[in-house]
Amino acid sequence: MHATTTVRPKRSAGFALLSPAVLILLVWSIVPLLLTLWYSFRNYNLVDPTLQGFAGINNYWYLLTDPDFLQSLLNTLILVVGVLAISVGGGTLLAVLYDQDFFGRGIARVLVISPFFVMPTVSALLWKNLMLHPIYGVYSSMMRAVGLTPIDWLQRFPMATIMMIVAWEWLPFAVLILLTAVQSLDSEQKEAARMDGAGAIAQFRYIILPHLSRAITVVVMIETIYLLTIFAEISVTTAGGPGVASTNLAFLIYSRALLQFDVGGASAGGVIAIVIANIVAAFLVRAVARNLEA
Amino acid sequence: MAIKRSRTKGVLIGLLGWAIAIWIFFPLFWMFITGFKSEVDAISTPPHLIFKPTLESYNEVFERANYWHFTINTVVISVVATGVALLLAIPAAYSMAFAPTARTRATLLWMLSTRMLPPVGVLVPIYLIARNTHLLDTLTGLAIVDMLTNLPIVVWMLYTFFREVPMPILEAGRMDGANRWQEITVVLLPLALPGIASTALLSLILCWNEAFWSLNLTSSNAAPLAAFIASFSSPEGLFFGKLSAASTLAVAPILIFGWISQKQLVRGLTFGAVK
Repeated sequence: MHATTTVRPKRSAGFALLSPAVLILLVWSIVPLLLTLWYSFRNYNLVDPTLQGFAGINNYWYLLTDPDFLQSLLNTLILVVGVLAISVGGGTLLAVLYDQDFFGRGIARVLVISPFFVMPTVSALLWKNLMLHPIYGVYSSMMRAVGLTPIDWLQRFPMATIMMIVAWEWLPFAVLILLTAVQSLDSEQKEAARMDGAGAIAQFRYIILPHLSRAITVVVMIETIYLLTIFAEISVTTAGGPGVASTNLAFLIYSRALLQFDVGGASAGGVIAIVIANIVAAFLVRAVARNLEA
Repeated sequence: MAIKRSRTKGVLIGLLGWAIAIWIFFPLFWMFITGFKSEVDAISTPPHLIFKPTLESYNEVFERANYWHFTINTVVISVVATGVALLLAIPAAYSMAFAPTARTRATLLWMLSTRMLPPVGVLVPIYLIARNTHLLDTLTGLAIVDMLTNLPIVVWMLYTFFREVPMPILEAGRMDGANRWQEITVVLLPLALPGIASTALLSLILCWNEAFWSLNLTSSNAAPLAAFIASFSSPEGLFFGKLSAASTLAVAPILIFGWISQKQLVRGLTFGAVK
């Protein structure tokens, strides 16, 4: 009895502890994936049961030749690239700014990272109604105060406005991560550079930026994963409109599946979304794997 | 001279830092004060910064919109999803941290990769499965989905925290005749408690704010706050005071959690890649 407790068959016991989590994740990651793939090759409409049978590559063909689909891909790209540019560029500068010592810095930092903790539906409505509403919005009043005519941002520039709202949510994430990374930089190293006569810009370029590279990779990868499938912000502000002007891939799939009940077509879109996300994920997993060695 | 110049620079940096902070935080501040305005004040143009505060909007949210129903849904879903995820993840992380095999690393990376599955990619089958199993618009259904989406992150975070617990302490327990169950509950859990707490916190925050599955798998019965707030996007949403009061109530607990635990959250959100 005593012998079995000290010299334990590590492997099998470890497997018993590990397997529930692994099995449940295996089911979760494989079953919906296979179903999506299966539906994507079928005629399947929730309101028209006569539509059934094998569709071959028709669903894909219709999707890939649909101008709405191409528009949604373009919008997805605009959203991802735009928000990444704002949050990584702005986040790096703000991380350096909030690393400086000034009065009430701790409170200022807390204010800056706050939007990250706000649920997407709240931030969408907050911007749509309280800030950007063409009549009652604060920003509209400011425009009137300086003699400009307020415009309905979400109608006139839907993608740019949604990009701005999403950037407001994700810039704080970048600041949170990058600030932590900046703070982990040796102050001695910075001191030495200053002694050598490096100016603020040279210090930023040759010491801070290289030090931040890993953190920036992490921010880019994590934000990309989330930004590829932004949904709530679009659903609440423009519902993809006007027309399909602000429809991204996620919203297109949603509207095909749950508004038009075209399960086959929506699934084909889903497969494409999964393929795109996997390409991105391959890079992320590699970046994290490198870190795992340490 | 040099000292004086650097002081001016310091003041300028401070002013810039505060100006940007206020600019970014302003919408939340505005939401907060609008919740205390009467509806007439809330839509006055130009907007008032000075007004007579009233609890009118809050009263209405509590009375008419059945705020508690949605709050209880949110709390139940978040707590159950987090609790079940911890129950599954603690043994898994324990075995990977203290009895690693050749495949541990691959298993960890694979778990992480399941998190990369875009929710819309599997929206159709998950929706249909939920519908056919009568889990659509139920607390159980959303709690299961939230638990599954967070499980990989919870395992990862616990794994990084467990790895910091010194092996000799566990071995000492083992020498004293502790079995595996005692080793986990009596020795490991107390030592890793801070890590487990911040893991739970991150999971709660993610569940609380989750919007995609909430919007698509619930309608009214099991709708959490994230979905309830979205109902204000209808014309009814022009009640700015009510919208602001409800939003403030929905956001405040998590915002305060986030402020307190920002340091630990960084580790969780980046799987320990940034410390």
